[in-house]
Amino acid sequence: MLYSYLIQRFLLMFLTLLGMSIIIFVLLRLVPGNIVDIMFDSAGFVDPAEKATIEKELGLDLPIYEQYYHWIVGLVSFDLGFSYVSEMPAVDEIGPRIPITAKLAALSLFFSILFGLPLGVISAVKQNTALDYALRVVSLSGLSLPSFWLALLILMACVSYTGAIPIYTETPETLWDELLLYLLPSAAVGFRASALIMRLTRSSMLEVMRQDYIRTAMSKGASDNAINYKHALRNAVLPVTTIIGIEAAFLIGGLIITETVFNIPGVAHFLVEAILMRDYPIVQSLVMFIAIIVVVINFLTDLAYAALDPRIKYSD
Amino acid sequence: MRSNLFKVLAVAVVSASCFGTISTAALAEKSGGILKFYHRGTPPSGSIHEEATSSTVVPYMSIFNNLVMFDQAKPVNSLDTIVPDLAKSWAWGGDKTKLTFTLREGVKFHDGKPFTAKDVVCTWNLILGKSKAKLRKNPRKSWYKNLASVEANGDYEVSFNLKRRQPAFLMLLASGYSPVYPCHVPPKKMRTKPIGTGPFKFVSLKQNEHVKFTKNTNYWKTGRPLLDGHEWTIIKSRSTRVLGFIAGKFDMSFAGDISIPIYKDLIKQAPHAICEKHATNVSTNLIVNQFKAPFDNAKIRKAMVLTIDRASFNKILGHGEFIMSGAMLPPPHGVWGMPPEVLKNVAGYHPDVAANRAEARKIMKSLGYGPDNRLKVKVATRNIAIYRDPAVLLIDHLKEIFIDGELDTVETSNWHAKVARKDYQVGLNLTGIGVDDPDAMFYENYACGSQRNYTGYCKEEMMKLFEKQSMMDNGPERMKLVYEIDKKLQEDAARPIIANNVRYNCFQPYVKGFKTQTNSLYNGWRFEDIYLDK
Repeated sequence: MLYSYLIQRFLLMFLTLLGMSIIIFVLLRLVPGNIVDIMFDSAGFVDPAEKATIEKELGLDLPIYEQYYHWIVGLVSFDLGFSYVSEMPAVDEIGPRIPITAKLAALSLFFSILFGLPLGVISAVKQNTALDYALRVVSLSGLSLPSFWLALLILMACVSYTGAIPIYTETPETLWDELLLYLLPSAAVGFRASALIMRLTRSSMLEVMRQDYIRTAMSKGASDNAINYKHALRNAVLPVTTIIGIEAAFLIGGLIITETVFNIPGVAHFLVEAILMRDYPIVQSLVMFIAIIVVVINFLTDLAYAALDPRIKYSD
Repeated sequence: MRSNLFKVLAVAVVSASCFGTISTAALAEKSGGILKFYHRGTPPSGSIHEEATSSTVVPYMSIFNNLVMFDQAKPVNSLDTIVPDLAKSWAWGGDKTKLTFTLREGVKFHDGKPFTAKDVVCTWNLILGKSKAKLRKNPRKSWYKNLASVEANGDYEVSFNLKRRQPAFLMLLASGYSPVYPCHVPPKKMRTKPIGTGPFKFVSLKQNEHVKFTKNTNYWKTGRPLLDGHEWTIIKSRSTRVLGFIAGKFDMSFAGDISIPIYKDLIKQAPHAICEKHATNVSTNLIVNQFKAPFDNAKIRKAMVLTIDRASFNKILGHGEFIMSGAMLPPPHGVWGMPPEVLKNVAGYHPDVAANRAEARKIMKSLGYGPDNRLKVKVATRNIAIYRDPAVLLIDHLKEIFIDGELDTVETSNWHAKVARKDYQVGLNLTGIGVDDPDAMFYENYACGSQRNYTGYCKEEMMKLFEKQSMMDNGPERMKLVYEIDKKLQEDAARPIIANNVRYNCFQPYVKGFKTQTNSLYNGWRFEDIYLDK
């Protein structure tokens, strides 16, 4: 049963990625302006003859289906082509940036779960108390403060009060240095996600706390911790897991701004720059990479349901 | 007793001043250290000849040498401040139609290959399009319209043969935009891993991260450079990079990055910083598409010129510090600009804005426009604040003469493509000039057929005047003619100048041996004399 489910999911994943590749490829070429125009921008003019020569050199004069074919063939053989901007292999440009963003995303997610989940439980258990109100204010602030603004405030506070600025100017020498460097940016991004997780955990917990089996556990004399964390949270965590999965996939959006403000050379900031420059090989490869991550995280989230809720069984 | 006391005091004063002199001399010119800058964005490439942006020329100029260059210690570039570089000396011949350079011997490129006259020939043949290897982009082709050929006379002498007299030709060669390239390195490699003879060697460029340069230990100039290298951290967010400078992460700001309002904020937070105010020779100007009706009518363009209230632009955007000028930048910042007493007689520059606008409305009414028949236009500009803000003010000024402008913000990377296609009616643009000389300004921005003549302004009579001034020696006669040309260009609305911008260049107090140049943003970045007095 599980095998046929897995095969079905893998097929679906493949079709999703194929569809994504077409959408990415076509959309990118529908955006006005192309890389050659942008190249000429730094020269302050556009020469039609020189432009045509460069387009030919980059293969942009080929029909769109031919360009797509070349890209897909390259992608399958892990040849991502060359960056139009730096004229370096795209894999060399993208490769070193992935671990940076991955670490930042993981740390952000860690922060958001670390604070979001227990504070959501506390807020629900202490419903309508001063603590609950305080936590709700914090969570609302997290949802309403734009992360770029928060990031800038953090930087300004650091410069004003400590005279130092925690931005990335050179590769950190030790893991500890790296962790220190990522701490503030991941807190800025994680704050929003933790607020969302906190609110969802709270509402989910409140719903579960009204169930008969919780009342039964209480009447049996189970401890508060056992009721809250063993019985209630385990059942309340299912919708939260979905949100964590979605947040993990879409964390890249929050990271774009944070990487820009904290000057972290990750893929998120790099992707935006590549889009602005119409650096097709970079954008296509990176968006495909992100699409793969999203699809895989969705798949893992679905698998996690079964682990978290024994009532869920996978079948075709 | 008293005279003895005086003697002792005199000896003490003399000794102190001697020691002072000695210690100052000893302190001067310290070697070592890495100069740290921030950069506003990844340079498009390392090939100076293919770019027209400070993003490239500012960090990369130190890789190269020119034949001649502007004295790096003097703030105003002019023919009088040109000093030898790879050329030891030069001489004019044939009534200033042949310029011959004697070259230095024993100079080597960073890869160890010797520099000879062949490299000079190759470089200018590349620009003239005469070589087999081709530049992808060639933005300064128009500078060399008058250059017929470059020929080597042996290994260490080279001649530039001009089609006609051009005494100011040397100015073009002294620009940071005129480095000598090695013959043996193809243009593609010059874009990614450039090689020169200069004081610093290129180390690496990582997009959105850094550009690094290290000392050329075999540099031909003894005792130079003083620094071990210079490094540029690329930071797109302006707030972040300025905060980084305030926090002391960087020794210097990027060229022209500090605007007047930012300077006022920065100096409050970093009072120790040294900030030099400078004209950048980058002007904010109005571009009107002369190929599109009704702007093909000179009268409507004149009305537009008359409605511009330059004083209000200056007050709002420049905090009163912008420079009022025509195409050329006036002294003391520049050399060739019209002085105030001449400028006020140019149409649109008279301080009585109400009278100017009354005249403009009269013109518009004669063309059939009025309060009940307003002309609707799109005012295109790049979607960045330094373009957008003046464009909004411009729209307000156009309203005064029955023109309703709608702001059309163009994604910055599409701007030049749009302008080159003449796909606009009215636009607001910023123009920087590499060399403060009428030849560069007129031929690049106002001459028929120039790729950077965005409005398509083309007049045979003006071309003759451009040529006439170009053939003259520097002096009052040329100056007078340049004023006349500039006045005509402004009144023809060829590309009316709204203001010449002013910026600040900030550095930490221990950065020594650097002088900000005032009449070009592109020529003062050799860095060989800079040192860190830490």
